[in-house]
Amino acid sequence: MLLAFVPAMAQEDSELDVQEIIFGHLKDSYEWHVFSTNNRDFIIHLPVMLYSRTTGWHFFMSDKLEEDGSYDGFHITHEGPFAGKLIETLPDGTEVKPLDLSLTKVALGIIFNCILLCVIIMCTSRWYRNRKETDAAPRGFVGLIEYVVAMIVDDVIKPSIGKDYRRYAPLLLTIFFFILLSNIMGLIPIFPAGANVTGNIAVTLFLALITFFTVNVFGNREYWKEILWPDVPIFLKAPVPLLPLIELVGIFTKPFALTVRLFANITAGHCIILALTCVIYITANMGPVIGASMTGISIFFMVFMNCLELLVAFIQAYVFTMLSAVFIGLSRPEHHNENQKVTNK
Amino acid sequence: MDLLIPEVGTLIWMLIAVGIVFFILVKWGFPMITDMVDKRSDFIDKSLDAAKKAAERLEGIQDECDALLKETRAEKARILKEASDRRDEIIAEAENRAKEAGEKIISDAREQIRQEKEEALRGLRRQVAELSVQVAEKVVMKQLESDEDQLQMIDRLIDDVKTGK
Repeated sequence: MLLAFVPAMAQEDSELDVQEIIFGHLKDSYEWHVFSTNNRDFIIHLPVMLYSRTTGWHFFMSDKLEEDGSYDGFHITHEGPFAGKLIETLPDGTEVKPLDLSLTKVALGIIFNCILLCVIIMCTSRWYRNRKETDAAPRGFVGLIEYVVAMIVDDVIKPSIGKDYRRYAPLLLTIFFFILLSNIMGLIPIFPAGANVTGNIAVTLFLALITFFTVNVFGNREYWKEILWPDVPIFLKAPVPLLPLIELVGIFTKPFALTVRLFANITAGHCIILALTCVIYITANMGPVIGASMTGISIFFMVFMNCLELLVAFIQAYVFTMLSAVFIGLSRPEHHNENQKVTNK
Repeated sequence: MDLLIPEVGTLIWMLIAVGIVFFILVKWGFPMITDMVDKRSDFIDKSLDAAKKAAERLEGIQDECDALLKETRAEKARILKEASDRRDEIIAEAENRAKEAGEKIISDAREQIRQEKEEALRGLRRQVAELSVQVAEKVVMKQLESDEDQLQMIDRLIDDVKTGK
């Protein structure tokens, strides 16, 4: 991911700011650093779009921010909860955060991933257009996609949701493939891949919100009854709605858990790989023996971590889809009716 | 800490890009793939079922064939045996008939021979009788020249007739 621009920083000053490098990658930015050579950086400047309550809309390219990080009354702050973001300084000296609609690195990464996903899946589904089920099964890439689709449907969606699974399968498959593709694209260091999409909490939050709305909008009466008037002794719900309260909190903790799980896993993986990369440049100044041996160890661990991250990329997409499917399945319970039938007999 | 605060701008970009792509894929992308996978698995199930049935039928046909072959062999042996019996019968009958015909011919010939023999004997006897009558005439004529002799002769003849009774 940062293989290219780490050497540049190492040359500028021997004091390598590892934290800066790692967080610089993990965080969003207004420009896309592609690679560096000895004397120049190749940077794609992205458009900045801001809406301020006092001064209205502002559009400019991010190369205006290059010199000192400020333009047109906005500047990139380095402290506080909005570090790395553009902040507006009002005439009276107070700082407010404008509505930031800039096409940032992550936003562009999202668009790239979306286009790629669309191309992959539409190409696959195009293959079926003029074919019947009696024709031979697809081979190669289409066969691979079909295999993964069938696996997710049969192993995750069908057992988790139950009889209504066909209705939700396309949505859950889309979520799965978007996360998987974004995770893999985050591991590839070369433009247009390399944006840390699924390691951005807004992205994971959005994906979790899809699940949240699907669960709560399509939940049936039984689901809401289980939350608001669960089948427990009356003192747990009558004067003080103790259990309904817990259940209501549960509605919101589920998507929160989804958000944080995906974000934390991807962020941690990127952190480790970046830290291992930095080991090479930190130990480079310690003499040839230590430098060479540490480089070897570091490369070994980096290869190992990248393989592990590929696995994590798949597992996290799988887990996210599985939990979403489980939550959807829980929002359509039927077992109460079945129990009643059994007791009636 | 700043990593953990979701940026509204990113959410809006997500909403636009992911919204469009998700809509396309949910509407036209994945249903096509999952439908085809379902259809194909149905087709495979049906084909397997049909193959199983066909194999069972084939096994039945094999048994039937074996039984038929056995029956045919038995029939063939029976027909052959019958034919050979019939042949023997025909030969025996032909032999019998030939024998009978031969015997008949022989007996006819014998009969004829016998009749001819009798005929010949009868002719012979008549001739002998005629001859003897003539001889007797001549003898009698010569002996009965005297009357006495004639009387004697008559008496002897009467006696002969009387004793001849």
